[in-house]
Amino acid sequence: MSSNPYSAPQLPDAHSSDFQPALNKRYKLDRFFEFLTWIATFVGLLVLMMLLYDVISDGASRLSWQFISSFPSRRPAAAGLLSALVGSIWLLCVTAILSFPIGVGAGIFLEEFAPDNFFTQIIEINIGNLAAVPSIIYGLLGLQVFSRIMRPITGGPSVLTGGMTLALLILPIIIVATRESLRAVPNSLRQGGFAVGATRWQVIRNLILPQAIPGILTGTILALSRAVGETAPLITIGALTFIAFLPPLSLEGLQTDFTALPIQIYNWVSRPQPEFHTNAAAGIIVLMVVLLTMNTTAVLLRNKFQKGRI
Amino acid sequence: MFLKRKSMNLFRYVSLAILVASVSACAGGEQTTSPGNGTDSSATNLEGKVAIDGSSTVFPITEAMAEEFQKANPKVRVTVGVSGTGGGFKKFCAGETDISNASRPIKDTEAEACASANIEYIELPVAFDAVSVVVHPENTWAECMTVDELKTMWEPEAQGKITTWKQVNSAFPDEEIALYGPGTDSGTFDYFTDAVKGEEGKSRGDFTASEDDNTLVQGVEGNKFAIGYFGYAYYEENKDKLKAVGIDDGDPSNGEGCVKPSSETVLDSTYQPLARPIFVYVRKEALERPEVKAFVDFYLAEENRQYVEEVGYFPLTEEIYSKAQTRIADGKTGSVFPGGSTVGVKLDEVL
Repeated sequence: MSSNPYSAPQLPDAHSSDFQPALNKRYKLDRFFEFLTWIATFVGLLVLMMLLYDVISDGASRLSWQFISSFPSRRPAAAGLLSALVGSIWLLCVTAILSFPIGVGAGIFLEEFAPDNFFTQIIEINIGNLAAVPSIIYGLLGLQVFSRIMRPITGGPSVLTGGMTLALLILPIIIVATRESLRAVPNSLRQGGFAVGATRWQVIRNLILPQAIPGILTGTILALSRAVGETAPLITIGALTFIAFLPPLSLEGLQTDFTALPIQIYNWVSRPQPEFHTNAAAGIIVLMVVLLTMNTTAVLLRNKFQKGRI
Repeated sequence: MFLKRKSMNLFRYVSLAILVASVSACAGGEQTTSPGNGTDSSATNLEGKVAIDGSSTVFPITEAMAEEFQKANPKVRVTVGVSGTGGGFKKFCAGETDISNASRPIKDTEAEACASANIEYIELPVAFDAVSVVVHPENTWAECMTVDELKTMWEPEAQGKITTWKQVNSAFPDEEIALYGPGTDSGTFDYFTDAVKGEEGKSRGDFTASEDDNTLVQGVEGNKFAIGYFGYAYYEENKDKLKAVGIDDGDPSNGEGCVKPSSETVLDSTYQPLARPIFVYVRKEALERPEVKAFVDFYLAEENRQYVEEVGYFPLTEEIYSKAQTRIADGKTGSVFPGGSTVGVKLDEVL
């Protein structure tokens, strides 16, 4: 290359010796990369398939209405996961009701209202850190604060205590998901809103949120899916293993002791009798059906809201 | 228009506040009424709640009892948690549970915690477990081992040094030992180290440890030169894949030579020193509630001992059961194992 800065820049020339098209080589690289991404996808799918095959071949024969509608028992054939399934559904509802408004609210504040100063930066860093805290730590917090100090309100290791603990656990994830979805909304939309005289609330309510809601919902449901599979914090707060009654469908139900699917599955896996291991496999299938139902809901909701997008 | 809208919002907020207030009022009201339910009911129509937590070893027995008790008394809510013997005692001594499952006696530090919270408890042995030492079925040499040999194999000094069977006994083959045992949080680990080494928790660290006994079963099953130990229920379920080692404690007075774990050898106390009693601890104050008393009576009743066997443990002798029942009747509190060790203790003598 010429060292003279005033000379005209040399355009790449197909005939010059500096440029080699090597089209074949570059297409090969293209295909190689495509192959790598294909492998990456396939590994994930393969693991999932193996897991599904293993669990279904072990547990499918045990699935029956009796299994879903019976309480735990010392006899593997009579045992069921009614209390665990209902407990998990209760937990899910309480966790969703508590974490969604708080998480989305915090996300909107941080993204749309908060000034960018020292304090908000501290808050942001801490939310990032909280998302990485091991779940058992939340369990310890839940045990001390929700189960012990707030006992008059929560009634000890109850559905409410479990729901609040899991809500704390997934709050950072929901906040981060909300912020990311809000950030993805083009700024011109906000400016357009302000330009025609809309208030901040009107801009957020009518312009920004409808665009961001599919992403927020996806993030929330994925976070809830994580909460459904958690065992450690629930065992720490003192969730039970044997329980042969259901929380009543009232406010009193919130204060009732509970067990959840992962706890019941863990208990069955650690039993000596092989029949209990079959029960555990069947329990895993039920848990997976719950999770798949949730993820399907997430996809359906997202598609529904996406239709209204600009 | 604006005014109207504002008042609408105000109305919304007020109704929300009322809703929140009524929710908390309901919650508060429920709290005060529930403890009263149990006290005034008759014995045949019991109501109330029995909260149990503790050891995973005792869990299957308590679960079986709770299941059957609840069938007979559908209005009583029995709940059983699994937070380990230590975790169970923490809740028990905080007054959060009525009964605590324990695979070992209460420790001095735990007893102090209970005492400082003014929690008095009655200690009840409910069954025997036999810590079973197991090897691969093709293992022909270790039919019988002395406690000293087990000590050589498992004591802390063996770490990194005792690596082959030949080092334990010159008649054994010169092959590497694969050791499998429960994790250090386990009551079985505590008991085994106490019985073999004479000091709780003193064990070599270079063995494959797992909190899940099924993993230990798989480990021993898959290696001809493996040896491991865990509760009897896991051996009983895997008799076709594992072989139990006979234990010789060198004391002819309780069974000469090698003794294998079985219901006979545990009950006539010849399977020593690896047969251990397991317990429930009942809060004395809770025992005044009829539903708790009924549950404890049910637990110790003669006709319900079949459940203990059904889940893979050994019922106690008649004598020990009747002594346990006397302890309830007399309201005798405290532990008969001041050091927290049950190794070599004869239950019918100390109770």
